[in-house]
Amino acid sequence: MNPPLLEVNSLRTYFNTPAGLSRAVDGVSFALLPGETMAIVGESGSGKSITALSIMQLVPEPAGFIESGTIQFNGKDLLDLTWEQMRSIRGRQISMIFQEPMTSLNPVFTIGFQIREAMLTHGKYRGDAATARAHSLLERVGMNSPDKVLRQYPHELSGGMRQRVMIAIALANEPQLLLADEPTTALDVTIQAQILTLLRDLQRDTGMSMLLITHDLGIVSQVADKVAVMYAGQIVEQAPTRDLLSNPHHPYTQGLIASLPSRSRRGNALFTLEGVVPPPTRWPGGCRFHDRCSKRMEICNTQMPSTTSQGEYRSVRCHLYPSAEAVTSQEPTR
Amino acid sequence: MIGYLIRRLLYSIPILIGVCFLTFVLFYMTASPTEIARRNLSAKNPTAQQIKDWEHQHGYDKPKWQQFVDTTEGLFLLRLGRSDSVKGERVMTRIKESWFPSFEIALLSFTAAITINLSLALVVAYFRGTYLDIYGTSLCVFMMSVTYLVYIIGGQFVFGRLLKLTPVAGFLPGWESLRFAFLPVVVAVISGMGASVRQFRTFMLDEMNQDYVRTARAKGVSEAQVLFKHVLKNAAIPVLTTSVQAIPGLFLGSILLESFFNIPGLGNYLVDAINSQDFAVVRAMVFIGALVTIFGYILTDISYALVDKRVRLE
Repeated sequence: MNPPLLEVNSLRTYFNTPAGLSRAVDGVSFALLPGETMAIVGESGSGKSITALSIMQLVPEPAGFIESGTIQFNGKDLLDLTWEQMRSIRGRQISMIFQEPMTSLNPVFTIGFQIREAMLTHGKYRGDAATARAHSLLERVGMNSPDKVLRQYPHELSGGMRQRVMIAIALANEPQLLLADEPTTALDVTIQAQILTLLRDLQRDTGMSMLLITHDLGIVSQVADKVAVMYAGQIVEQAPTRDLLSNPHHPYTQGLIASLPSRSRRGNALFTLEGVVPPPTRWPGGCRFHDRCSKRMEICNTQMPSTTSQGEYRSVRCHLYPSAEAVTSQEPTR
Repeated sequence: MIGYLIRRLLYSIPILIGVCFLTFVLFYMTASPTEIARRNLSAKNPTAQQIKDWEHQHGYDKPKWQQFVDTTEGLFLLRLGRSDSVKGERVMTRIKESWFPSFEIALLSFTAAITINLSLALVVAYFRGTYLDIYGTSLCVFMMSVTYLVYIIGGQFVFGRLLKLTPVAGFLPGWESLRFAFLPVVVAVISGMGASVRQFRTFMLDEMNQDYVRTARAKGVSEAQVLFKHVLKNAAIPVLTTSVQAIPGLFLGSILLESFFNIPGLGNYLVDAINSQDFAVVRAMVFIGALVTIFGYILTDISYALVDKRVRLE
């Protein structure tokens, strides 16, 4: 098996807030193979965006800081790099697109300038080559008249077009990894589908890896190879997309899937997961999901479940599933 | 753009008429032509006939509305007329003589202030949240709290008296003027520094928290480039608005500064005219001040459109 492109281990990203220490990301581990697409799914406040920003080391300072953990990228721990070394990776090997296309582009510079800047910063493309590449990138992301767009300012474009420009900027230096933080949340439904298809196609064409952050479990089946479900700063379940959707293990995942509209449950009222994610300054003791869980047991109130692997590609953090040793003994060793 | 400019110029006509009207009304509330006549004829212990003659000569015997129409018409045609004082010199002549000292000092302090304040604001914004930022901002608040007069008198005492680096006050034409302009310029820059640096710092930090800054960093753009290219160009928009307030000052000069440093500029001319109730001069200077202010605002709007492409002058 290939070594993973990105391996995040026990990542903890905390924030100092007036309400106390906010443990936004609290022990997240996952691995991403070259060419693989993984989705991180969770409600608002579950820590999924902060996970992505931690990889880029763009967590808002000085309030936010990475408390502990490792982020191995191509075998190097990104957390050991200096700011300047990290800067040479940002936008060149790891790119990121954001949720708010309306405000993510600088209003006073042309689109052409902003795409070219991504290339000139890293010196991979220069001068006319950079301009030519900006032109072809805009074509690739589906802009109709690239020549005109290059000279336009962000306010002259719609939200969907701006997100396409953001994608073009992200792809400018042919990154190995694209972090897409809720790239379709702010867009109309029809545009959402177009952008998702575009991202999937680009991922396939370029062979890059992609980490898709989303709160919408409905879109992951179109794009992702595997899914990590986040709740209260932790990953509660990780599985290949098809397995997760057809046979969710964790009660939270089951709740998320039951709240999706589906043809098989047509005519019935949609399931609602009661309650909200608790504030990250006061995570509940025991299992962090226990007060919203339908299958709560005595142990859930007091003891936090550990992550157990359920087969080679699956893991879940829940007391309902037997400990790691028990599971590995049932599985044939490879 | 052209249409916009024409419309703005047309709008300025009622504003200017309003300014003239207010000056006219305020003047007659505080003084009567008889008093002015007495003042200017006082040495000769004037008779009633002399006062009448004086009023007639200066047009103060006409009906009020007629006076208003005449003087306003004159101002619009830039026929500023003659002073009401004994010498009766042409207002335009005096303006031609005294615009340069005002302009020299205002231009120097304007450019110096913008450059220094903007650089300092960039430094504290770059080191935001550190001790440099905290102490710098506290110093700004302190400098804001000290009154203008302290800077003027303190500057005159330290530079003029103790160190004898600059003249205490006065003015000479030509290159010599720079020696006299130095202290007023320093005082003008220092006295405005606290407020401006703090304000510019806020403009910078507002921009620093924008999403496009995160995008620039995600592209791998260096912090210096983020600050000097992305943030500065956006922060230039609010900086422009606040700086344009200084444009009328370029012509009229700082009244306080000119009288304390005894600089023969327009500000001093205006103060003298007010003190001697020289209505002809006051109304001309107020009119020119209004004209320059309006011109300044139009200039700002044009520069907005140049910096921020979202702004369209229509």
